[in-house]
Amino acid sequence: MDNIKEEIRQYILSEFLPGETPANLQDDTLLRTSGVLDSVGTLRVVSFVEERYGIEVEAHEAGVENFDSIAAIAAFVQSKKALA
Amino acid sequence: MRRREDTLSAVHLTDYLAASAARFPERVAASDPDGTTLTYKELNERAGRIAGFLAEQGVCAGDRVGLSLPKSTAALTTVFGIMKSGAAYVPVDWTGPAERIRTILKDCQVRALFLDSSRPELADIAETVIWLGKDKSINSSSSSFTWDFVLEHSSRAMEVAERQPDDLAYILYTSGSTGIPKGVMLTHRNAISYVDWCSSVFAPSENDRFSSHAPFHFDLSILDIYVPIKHGASVHLIPDDLGKSPKDLARFISARQLTVWYSTPAIQSLLAEFGNLDRFDYSQLRLVLFAGEVFPVKQLRRLAASWPHPAYYNLYGPTETNVCTFARIATPVPQERTEPYPIGWPCSHCAALVVDSDGFPVPAGEEGLLYISGPSVFSGYWNRPQESAAVFLDRDGRRWYNTGDVVKQDGHNGFVYVGRRDRMVKRRGYRIELDEIERCLYRHPEIKGAAVVSMSNPESGIRIVSYLASPQNSRPSIIEMKNFCNEHLPSYMNPDVFVFVDSLPRTSTNKVDYQGLIRQLSH
Repeated sequence: MDNIKEEIRQYILSEFLPGETPANLQDDTLLRTSGVLDSVGTLRVVSFVEERYGIEVEAHEAGVENFDSIAAIAAFVQSKKALA
Repeated sequence: MRRREDTLSAVHLTDYLAASAARFPERVAASDPDGTTLTYKELNERAGRIAGFLAEQGVCAGDRVGLSLPKSTAALTTVFGIMKSGAAYVPVDWTGPAERIRTILKDCQVRALFLDSSRPELADIAETVIWLGKDKSINSSSSSFTWDFVLEHSSRAMEVAERQPDDLAYILYTSGSTGIPKGVMLTHRNAISYVDWCSSVFAPSENDRFSSHAPFHFDLSILDIYVPIKHGASVHLIPDDLGKSPKDLARFISARQLTVWYSTPAIQSLLAEFGNLDRFDYSQLRLVLFAGEVFPVKQLRRLAASWPHPAYYNLYGPTETNVCTFARIATPVPQERTEPYPIGWPCSHCAALVVDSDGFPVPAGEEGLLYISGPSVFSGYWNRPQESAAVFLDRDGRRWYNTGDVVKQDGHNGFVYVGRRDRMVKRRGYRIELDEIERCLYRHPEIKGAAVVSMSNPESGIRIVSYLASPQNSRPSIIEMKNFCNEHLPSYMNPDVFVFVDSLPRTSTNKVDYQGLIRQLSH
């Protein structure tokens, strides 16, 4: 789980927050509702977790409830992997 | 180049609805994603009752009425209702920052406002507010009404009697370099002359099913709404959440058997990249239209490979002119092609002029500023006579609009878009004045200086980079700056990259050295 969080953190930092101090991006930092990720950014994160973890994200699952923080994304990925 | 002398097919845009309601009363005019539909008869009657209600509230011909609503059949009804009352509609991004919505609707002094119930903080903008949406706790009072109340209690359907093609139909606000959005005023003539051109080129019929992807505050919506309504076709309304989800959009396009798809290249690129298009059947699709920005060739090639059979058109035109040049794009896109497609030749109702910096026409093949003249060209910016005067040139007895776009003629292919000489960029089809972003950044208490530049990349498109001058010990985090921009700017204007510096580089005349910053970026 920690590993998943760390990989997602690194991806978001490098793609959407170049130059940011990594410690500022906490597990519970809001991503969607705060403007860190816009709709296109979210699609890229979805595509990243699909490829990295071999899961399929349905369109209705890619909303704020699963993609608004690193913790939420990691928990979602974990639950998808458990179902696979 | 000369345009054909035009005769308009209608006086007001609402004539299209009335005529189709008489001809095809029971055909579906519009549908929501949940399957809710409105027939032409229903749409026409409800719009008439909205107009009657607005008239009872004292809304007169020439007034402005705002709408801040998600895309829906109710929002479409509202648009027609406002115009039937003789007023002009002013659509805004209902998800946008409250401050920006307030600035826009105060600027054009809306008499009444249709609001989604999720945004109660906007209620003080207009003296009359009509609420739509899920929140049923709102009670009607002397100045606040629910949509259902309006439809039930409007005593009569009405349509304004005194009509001229030069009446104002709608105002679309675009990014302004002063930091305040500016209102592009479009008349019924402006829209109708463009819609009539669409009829002549795209041969729509009552059997067509049009997408309506662009929000109503975006000029692509003019084709989406009025071309199908004119021809008795159906318009399939796509709200924001569906519009941003390529997988769902792919399913929607197929399930609705859409025949015409119109959107920005940004959305079509997302469809090609993330839509998993090969899952569904799109055999009904006959036209794919795009406008608003340059389509990266790689993505267009990919889309045309997935959708090989429709005819593709590149439509070009600032909000101020409606679409004014167009090019049919032959598909498939050859593997070796890397240069973007041309914007083509002027539409039959427009004339084009390419001039050098002294105002003299340039020879074919040389770069120059594109000026457009014709009945679809706007009348001016709301309440900004000086800025309006500055964009027009009188020549040969005609009024020419300076698009600000640099083009050159490419043999028999028509015009090719070269770029801009000012600080406007386009992203996801939206116009962005980099100065508007800068002015927003200056309002952050820890920011002493801001310089915003853009860089263009054939793969990823435009990226916006903001340089921020701020003392080392009080610099906000980049996440905080993203939050700040998210609160004050529409999402398409938020910078991609923030770079903190001790001070901004200056030229010898003490101006911000933008060229230096751009050079720095490209290294």
